[in-house]
Amino acid sequence: MLLAIDTSAGTAVALVADDGRVLAERSTADTRRHAEVIGPFLAEVLHEAGVAAPALNGVVTGIGPGPFTGLRVGIAAARAVALAAGIPLLPVPSHDAVALRLVEGGVAAGRFAVVTDARRREAAITVYAAALPLPTVLEPAHLVPRAGWMPPEGVVAHEAHEIPAAPLAHAALARLAAGLPFPDPQPLYLRAPDVTLSTPKRVTG
Amino acid sequence: MNRENPLVLGIESSCDETGIGIVRGTTLLANVIASSMEEHARYGGVVPEVAARAHLEALEPALREALATAGVALDELDAVAVTSGPGLSGALMVGVGAAKALAVALEKPFYAVNHLVGHVGADVLRTEGEPAIELPTIALLVSGGHTSLLHVRDLTSDVELLGETIDDAAGEAFDKVARLLGLPYPGGPHIDRVAAEGDPTAVRFPRGLTLPKDLEHHRYDFSFSGLKTAVARHVEKLRDAGLEVPVADIAASFREAVADVLTAKAIAACLDRGVPRLLLGGGVAANARVRALAAERAAAAGVELRIPPLSLCTDNGAMIAALAAQLIMAGHAPSALDVSADSTLPVTVVQA
Ligand SMILES: [Zn+2]
Repeated sequence: MLLAIDTSAGTAVALVADDGRVLAERSTADTRRHAEVIGPFLAEVLHEAGVAAPALNGVVTGIGPGPFTGLRVGIAAARAVALAAGIPLLPVPSHDAVALRLVEGGVAAGRFAVVTDARRREAAITVYAAALPLPTVLEPAHLVPRAGWMPPEGVVAHEAHEIPAAPLAHAALARLAAGLPFPDPQPLYLRAPDVTLSTPKRVTG
Repeated sequence: MNRENPLVLGIESSCDETGIGIVRGTTLLANVIASSMEEHARYGGVVPEVAARAHLEALEPALREALATAGVALDELDAVAVTSGPGLSGALMVGVGAAKALAVALEKPFYAVNHLVGHVGADVLRTEGEPAIELPTIALLVSGGHTSLLHVRDLTSDVELLGETIDDAAGEAFDKVARLLGLPYPGGPHIDRVAAEGDPTAVRFPRGLTLPKDLEHHRYDFSFSGLKTAVARHVEKLRDAGLEVPVADIAASFREAVADVLTAKAIAACLDRGVPRLLLGGGVAANARVRALAAERAAAAGVELRIPPLSLCTDNGAMIAALAAQLIMAGHAPSALDVSADSTLPVTVVQA
């Protein structure tokens, strides 16, 4: 049984059995309330399934890409649950959840790109080749300008506004089953921190 | 839950310090602080996104270290506490997210508390034999993030904001003036060091909001923006005239102006309110001149001055745990799990 948390877009939490059944889930597309809803979502999902955290086999955390501020809430929460319950942390790129759902649903075939908003007139994209149980990453997550960007030849772009937590857990289950390694539990910021190096200005004319 | 002597873990992430503290009632068990100060040095001030990234990385190691130092296991805790505001929004959210998840996973009560009142709460943590905090007290809380004067009648239920800065925080003014004088970040300790050799009466820099007309509406408020500009103007004039800038004298004169305003207003509040106690908190409490002038003026006014140890004055998780322990012992119910990180949480809201 895995708990999956993603806050790279809105906030999504799901509890998924080892066979992939979704036992409980909560989500909101609201991109401004991550720190608020993470508490109730975690409590409700565990309560609804009647599960205590130490009974979990792992915590799946979506590592983005996503606008920074919200993204960190889910990663901080997932690390805390893993520490509290003494269970492994399983980091998964957030786009993998969308890609898996698109392939499982028969929506995507061949080569395709998952596109999410990165703010500041940019989008984050990951290019995949359709495959199961896990789509193959052809180009890892990176930023492209919103205006004028065209997917590479033969690649169909799929824009996502939410990252669902259940397929994030499914992606983790597939990695576990195939013995594939997990990435580092570091957020995919894709951008250096925004800083303006101010030089002291003259105050007299 | 143990309400007599609760074992509480506190998480603080409102600015550039990641703090994890563990207390049992009023006894300090661990106070681990990881600072991202060095990462901000090249920018001359705290960069919110840099601070927030650093919190995420520092949190888990600090948690493990605090638990090891205190010699307690997570499941022994009676409650998990966190700063929910005021502070930098993105930084606060890291601590709030982690604290809620810890509380849910451990099935322990969650307490979201006010950072500023936490600074006052630090004073309940005493080593054996020391007198306990006495209330009411006036509290002067000064750091790079805030400059506030409080009247605290009850730590858990009756805190009044008397005044605060209307522009820069005092610590910020230290950073900006240090930069102007070519001194490193953070400005406070470096200005303090250089000022020791200088003449504090060399330049009479302005004392913000101390004129009679300002006192009418801003009796307990502070302003450091005019002071900062006055120092800049003074330095530019010297440089334009090709004169050497007497760094020690300017640092000492600037520091004197800050210490003068801070302590004058704090003592005035003690006298006006008939409260014979003043508590200093925040990183600026480390400033030698602020401490000396506060001690001198408090003694002259018959006011008892209290300054917690420096590791409990700067931002830390122990003060958050200590305040939550006070709330628990006073019978307050836990916070809701959906409280938000509130960058402008008013000081009257002790528990969110
Ligand atoms: Zn503070």
